[in-house]
Amino acid sequence: MNDAPAPAASADAPQADPKLTHAAGEWKYTSPLLSCRFDPSGQFVFCSAQDNSVQRWNIASGQATALNAHDSWVRALAFNPSGNHVYTGGYDGRVFVWETSAEQPTPLRSLNAHGDVAHDGWVRAIAVSPDGKTVATCGNDNLVRLWNAEDGNLQNVLSGHSKHVYNVMFHPDGTRLISGDLKGEVREWDLGTSEQLRTLDGGTLWKYDEGFRADIGGVRGIDFSPDAALLACGGISEVSNAFAGIGNPLVVVFDYATGEKKQSLVTSKKLRGTIWNVHCHRQGFVIGCDSGHEGGHLLFWNTNDPNEFFDFKLPNLCYDSDLHSDGLRVVTAHQDNVLRIWRMTAPAA
Amino acid sequence: MKCQYACGTAEHVLERRKFLGTIAGMAGAATLGAPRMVQAVMPELVAGNKHIIMIWLAGGVSQLETWDPKPKTNTGGPFRAIPTSVPGMHICELLPHTAKQMHHLAIVRSINTKENDHGKGAYCMTTGRKQEPVADYPHLGAVGAKLLAPEDSPLPGHIHVSPGGSGGSGNNAAYLGPRYASIILGDGNPPRNTTPPEGITPEGDNRRHAFRASVNDHFAKRRRWAESDAFLSSFDQARQLMERRDVFDVSKEAAKDQERYGNSEFGKQLLLARRLVEQGVSCVQVTHSNYDTHYENFDFHIEQLGEFDQPFATLVADLVERGLWEKTLVVVMSEFGRTPSINQFHGRDHWGTAWSVALGGCGIQRGAIIGKTNDNGTEVADREVDHGHLFHTYLSAIGVDSSGEIVAGGRKLPMADPAAAPITELLA
Repeated sequence: MNDAPAPAASADAPQADPKLTHAAGEWKYTSPLLSCRFDPSGQFVFCSAQDNSVQRWNIASGQATALNAHDSWVRALAFNPSGNHVYTGGYDGRVFVWETSAEQPTPLRSLNAHGDVAHDGWVRAIAVSPDGKTVATCGNDNLVRLWNAEDGNLQNVLSGHSKHVYNVMFHPDGTRLISGDLKGEVREWDLGTSEQLRTLDGGTLWKYDEGFRADIGGVRGIDFSPDAALLACGGISEVSNAFAGIGNPLVVVFDYATGEKKQSLVTSKKLRGTIWNVHCHRQGFVIGCDSGHEGGHLLFWNTNDPNEFFDFKLPNLCYDSDLHSDGLRVVTAHQDNVLRIWRMTAPAA
Repeated sequence: MKCQYACGTAEHVLERRKFLGTIAGMAGAATLGAPRMVQAVMPELVAGNKHIIMIWLAGGVSQLETWDPKPKTNTGGPFRAIPTSVPGMHICELLPHTAKQMHHLAIVRSINTKENDHGKGAYCMTTGRKQEPVADYPHLGAVGAKLLAPEDSPLPGHIHVSPGGSGGSGNNAAYLGPRYASIILGDGNPPRNTTPPEGITPEGDNRRHAFRASVNDHFAKRRRWAESDAFLSSFDQARQLMERRDVFDVSKEAAKDQERYGNSEFGKQLLLARRLVEQGVSCVQVTHSNYDTHYENFDFHIEQLGEFDQPFATLVADLVERGLWEKTLVVVMSEFGRTPSINQFHGRDHWGTAWSVALGGCGIQRGAIIGKTNDNGTEVADREVDHGHLFHTYLSAIGVDSSGEIVAGGRKLPMADPAAAPITELLA
């Protein structure tokens, strides 16, 4: 997710054209990659891996620097708006705060609800408020926790989800928070009162498989459109075989004002995959990062058409993506240990 | 009294007491894994009041997410290992409640069945034999029912509490005959058709039964077969079941106990297993579904083992507290484990090469760890065993000489694979 709205494009800013997407860089690591984020300055990409580390890649030099503190996989990465702090959240339940560009990164602090953990069980996502004062985390304890970014103290706990909370994001105006869970329930919270305001129905992103006797799905990706008129939630739908993860990628787009489902963004081919992250581009299209039995894909939709207008096949499965603040580049974290950057403009001559 | 069948063969039904008498007689000379068999002990006492609870984690639970974690290796996945009540023994963090009961349990970490197919793996693990086209072998529960269940028990000796299912009976007794096949309690519900049909009074039902019995007696005077006996006994058993239908009603258990086992379907079914054992059922299988996690192995194991952990730990603690642990063999098994390598969908695939089971009770040594795998779990590093060794061990644990034979259909058949033997160091 993006923690702050993308800056409005100036009239002479380069425009992205998804159909021109091409490779703009890649780095190979020694372990399968999990999550990735551009830092707000666009200088670095942070990427987590199955060896429990987070790697910071300097885009210009390709130099990688390790952030080692977690005892498990890290799936949550976020920055404060100024970009000087990066937050990492792991399946060890811990959240660490780091100086983004430290030469030898060590945690500045951890966010501790009790002991040394922010959540009991996995931390799934982190978001920082647009004013940088509040950090939101969520996880497998079915809770959303709010923290004071200044001192790391726990401020509030938002409870109500009945399943693991997969994603959390601040509304761009900073007054509300959105959280999405395994059952596809999307809850809106008033940050002034900590009351739940409403629930948006993303149930098509979830299934209880009677044969498998387990839940499958969840809000794997979430993003507001730059004007906050739309909220996009991505995941898997129409699951026919939970054992093998066979379903179809889906992005549910809500009209945020009414809470009604505006569009279900699907794929023209049955890709048998999952949307692992979703980005609302400032030019109005939606990008979905899909992986599954038909490989990895970057999918591009206009929100007035359920089918994608462009399907960019990736060389390998990817489990996360991020959109650069320039609106022109996308980074993808791949199972084959490779971090790839894609550029949505014509290749340089 | 020994009956004579129309086929003229020797008694079909296992001469259970004779068999046990034989093994008791052998016990003095037995040196292989049966130190508890005392020659002077009467057969009924050797096997008396023993039970088996098999907890079947269908689809193949991951050994790395349960009994043999490999954190911080290239195969370990995201979970950490936690200490248990046995010093030096660590299991996966997904089993925090079970970890506190491990001093009652043992782990076998060195299983290699060389079998990665669901059906064939299940056959191996439940019968102790490889599936063969020319022979069929009975399920552990059927063998256990044959050896442990009193012949006059009003309850089935072999019950399978299954997720879903119609509530009929299983086809898993092989040559032991249908009497020892599992009665399936679909979703933990009582056996089907055990409520009296509407419109028939008890008196009318008794008259019906008497009429059927007289016709059957007349038939049996000239044409008596093992199958007809099994058929007749099924009627008697059904009537007894109808009278004791509340045995299957877990809501009869104390509210406090129901709370301790939790609201999950599996929790209720494990409480039912306890209830059935306490009511005298010899062998109970409870199946928990499903662990066939080719996709998102870690998410699914959180969900499934989250259901498994607390009820299972509660069951172990209860059996110990109620004095049933020494009489009840509890085994947690699957058809195979899961691949150490994490596939491209964050799943793990079928893996019969190096995996684990946990077991305890009866004659199983508490707190034991048998065998080990290498650093990242890709192969057995010490004390390789297979389904045959495990099956022998189960029988030894309930006090039976597993090298003995079962007589069925006039033939003497080894009750366990003669090529294997008990894991003697696992026996207390």
